[in-house]
Amino acid sequence: MKKWLCVVCGLIYDEAEGWPDEGIAPGTPWEDVPEDWLCPDCSVGKDDFEMVEI
Amino acid sequence: MNQALPIVIIGTGLAGYSLAREFRKLNDSRPILMLTRDDGHSYSKPMLSIGLTKGKSAEDLSMAGPGKMAEKLKASIRSFTEVSYINAQKKQLHFGSDESSIEIVHYEKLVLANGASTNHLSFPGSEHPNILSINDLMDYRQFRQNLNGKRRVLIMGAGLIGCEYANDLLNGHYDVTVVAPSRTALNGLIPAFAGDALIQGLTQAGVKFLLQRTVKEVVEESSQLLAILSDGTHIETDLIISAVGLKPNIKLASAAGIECNQGVVTNRYLETSCPDIYALGDCAEIDNHVLLYVLPLMASARALAKTLNGDRTQVSFTAMPVMTKTPACPVVTCPPRIQSGKWLVEQDGINIKATYVSTNNEVLGFVLTGSCISEKQSLAKQVKGIHL
Repeated sequence: MKKWLCVVCGLIYDEAEGWPDEGIAPGTPWEDVPEDWLCPDCSVGKDDFEMVEI
Repeated sequence: MNQALPIVIIGTGLAGYSLAREFRKLNDSRPILMLTRDDGHSYSKPMLSIGLTKGKSAEDLSMAGPGKMAEKLKASIRSFTEVSYINAQKKQLHFGSDESSIEIVHYEKLVLANGASTNHLSFPGSEHPNILSINDLMDYRQFRQNLNGKRRVLIMGAGLIGCEYANDLLNGHYDVTVVAPSRTALNGLIPAFAGDALIQGLTQAGVKFLLQRTVKEVVEESSQLLAILSDGTHIETDLIISAVGLKPNIKLASAAGIECNQGVVTNRYLETSCPDIYALGDCAEIDNHVLLYVLPLMASARALAKTLNGDRTQVSFTAMPVMTKTPACPVVTCPPRIQSGKWLVEQDGINIKATYVSTNNEVLGFVLTGSCISEKQSLAKQVKGIHL
């Protein structure tokens, strides 16, 4: 499972964890996160996330 | 509306670039012209104050140069270009300070996204080149350059920026002292009991705090600086960071006859008092609120992009927690906007969960520190947004 980093605020979206608070189940790959999902910390869009190598 | 005349944006910080990007999602063809007095690099200000912690150089923190941004945004970008005058009646901008080389550009819509500037304390020695404030990537490059080979840093100010840089420098193995006139940290943003927890966390990690005093004079001595404080204490240090507050840039707007208060005044449509001129980001005072943070900036960029595309849209500020990125004791807060309630506090060491509740138990705000920051999402849901 991959991790994605918000380049504006540093929040990590971990595919293994998902974001249950907003209905994104653990294990949800990045491609399946809705396109209008915003970074919970700074509200930038998915465009501003980069995949990070662990 | 003449679709061929450009939307002109002054400023290529997070506000300017985010607005351009949100606008392009809606409108692929209308020309955009961006003017910036800095180098036009795209970067994230929140990332600067964790640069050392993340092992990033100033170069690493630049996300894209102006050439790449111009390509990505299908925009014209003029860097190192300072707008000297806005003629709001003729809808023209002047740039260039030399009478013989003034350029004039006509705008159809103008957006002010020219940010805020740092306050500067004035005292004997305050002009020394090793006293720096850090408010953009160019400042940051200078800071990292001057930091080279140094060991000790003194930070003036115990606000959000001062505390983040204190923790970051500590993580970079520098010797850090914070001097501030306040009694606690993040004074004005969080209640004193939470500010004290942050002080405790940072102190335990190795930051030295000298509170309730200020720097009165700085003297250069051999290859170091001597800071003399208001209580007579002498501190030997190598570099001083000034983190003593930020004020919206209003001079340009004011000279154009645009209404300004603490910031450039706008309504909830981000419209200023002059037709076809808008403002967002750190320079703006939106419906009486100056919000020097990223969440409101992003909400504003989305709303204004729609408005500029012909779909007039109000910005809506839901609860927007402010985070202080101090790993020694992280802090998250939604400051209460109404002051008629009281704090309910659960505290265990430096870990605090505190909610500010009204007389009928509505949650009006909160502050979380240390391990309690994990409750941020659920608490933010309970707080009403700024009422718009």
